[in-house]
Amino acid sequence: MGNLRSVENAFKSMGYEAIITRDSARILNSSGLVLPGVGAFRDCMKNLNTYGLKEPLYKFIESKKPFLGICLGFQVLFEESEEFGLCKGLGILKGRVVRFPEDKLKIPHIGWNTIKIKKECPFLEGIKDSSYFYFVHSYYVISEKKEIIATTTDYGIEFASSIWKDNIFACQFHPEKSQRLGLKILKKFAETCEKNVG
Amino acid sequence: MLAKRIIPCLDIKDGRVVKGVNFVKLRDAGDPVENAQFYEKEGADELTFLDITASSENREIILKVVKRCAEKVFMPFTVGGGIRSLEDIRSLLKAGADKVSINTAAVKNPSLIKKASQKFGNQCIVVAIDARKKESSWEVYIYGGRTPTGIDALKWAKKVEELGAGEILLTSMDKDGTEDGYDIKLTKSISEEVNIPIIASGGAGNPEHLYQVFTLGKADAALAASIFHYRKYSVKEAKEYLRKRGINVRV
Repeated sequence: MGNLRSVENAFKSMGYEAIITRDSARILNSSGLVLPGVGAFRDCMKNLNTYGLKEPLYKFIESKKPFLGICLGFQVLFEESEEFGLCKGLGILKGRVVRFPEDKLKIPHIGWNTIKIKKECPFLEGIKDSSYFYFVHSYYVISEKKEIIATTTDYGIEFASSIWKDNIFACQFHPEKSQRLGLKILKKFAETCEKNVG
Repeated sequence: MLAKRIIPCLDIKDGRVVKGVNFVKLRDAGDPVENAQFYEKEGADELTFLDITASSENREIILKVVKRCAEKVFMPFTVGGGIRSLEDIRSLLKAGADKVSINTAAVKNPSLIKKASQKFGNQCIVVAIDARKKESSWEVYIYGGRTPTGIDALKWAKKVEELGAGEILLTSMDKDGTEDGYDIKLTKSISEEVNIPIIASGGAGNPEHLYQVFTLGKADAALAASIFHYRKYSVKEAKEYLRKRGINVRV
């Protein structure tokens, strides 16, 4: 909820147009789509269902226009989550979402943590290895396909902190809350969207 | 590795900063957004706004502050003070706050923590605990530290974790304002009692105090006000000091 507004503010502060909408025509007509999200997996899937957003989401991603998933918007791309009992995700990517082990470190994982770059990714252009980004989550993604993992982060275990596959870039951290470096990623995303239009 | 967080705290009254950056040439030292931007540039990891506005009719004012801040500042910030209901929480989050901090209302109505964390996610629900030493333990106080509750702070911390709080903002009332260091014993006891992050508050006077609360006190984050506001140390200097002493901070 909070981060919906923050993502909009971040794009606007850099001079890009951004709208918050649940209208499928507007979604499909946009040059790029961001699915932010904090909160619970089940609620998020329920809301996507209630507002008929699943179809436009699938369609948009198929259209090959740039898509950005943030935090929960990253997790719901996968097949299922074990948050509050099993819950089905969008299943666009293969893998599942599981809780951090209780016995190791404090949950939620809150604060600034570093990323390890696993592969070159256009959306991470200009971001150095070991840069800090802001995280806040209790569950993490286990991607079946390791080759889509763009960065990992260490919190007791090493988990996928971002993935890149075709037109999809999705990250567990919050670029909209990660100051200068976060805005850099959002700018790169917006530029990619603009190129698409042009 | 996850960095230890440094969180400056700004007191807000009627939409204006009453305890914020001093001795610095801000165009308007009372503007919460300018203060926030100042700390963002300095490398603060998060910010906390404590709304000390007395009357409850003035919620609109803090909402405007939050909205303006969210437009200009791209780091996480928490808003506390006078939050009583789910509706209060919803409007703050909607305006752009990342987290809310609940103190008195949590004690008076513990189900609020549960409902709020289920509704908005536990990551945005911070429970603030004001604790004061009482014999060999600590007692929880409410109403800005004016009213003792008879509740044991350790038990309360455990309880708020169960209810779904995402973090605890722990203030030592004995140490608050003294600038002679955090209450290490209290912080360590609570931090070991629960499995959610602890933000230590009350008593910071120099970077050595931050070092102590992170190591001996096992805090995950440290909140501080006057040490930064009065420019005794900048956030950057404090972090440099911590880094040299082996603490993992974002610099």
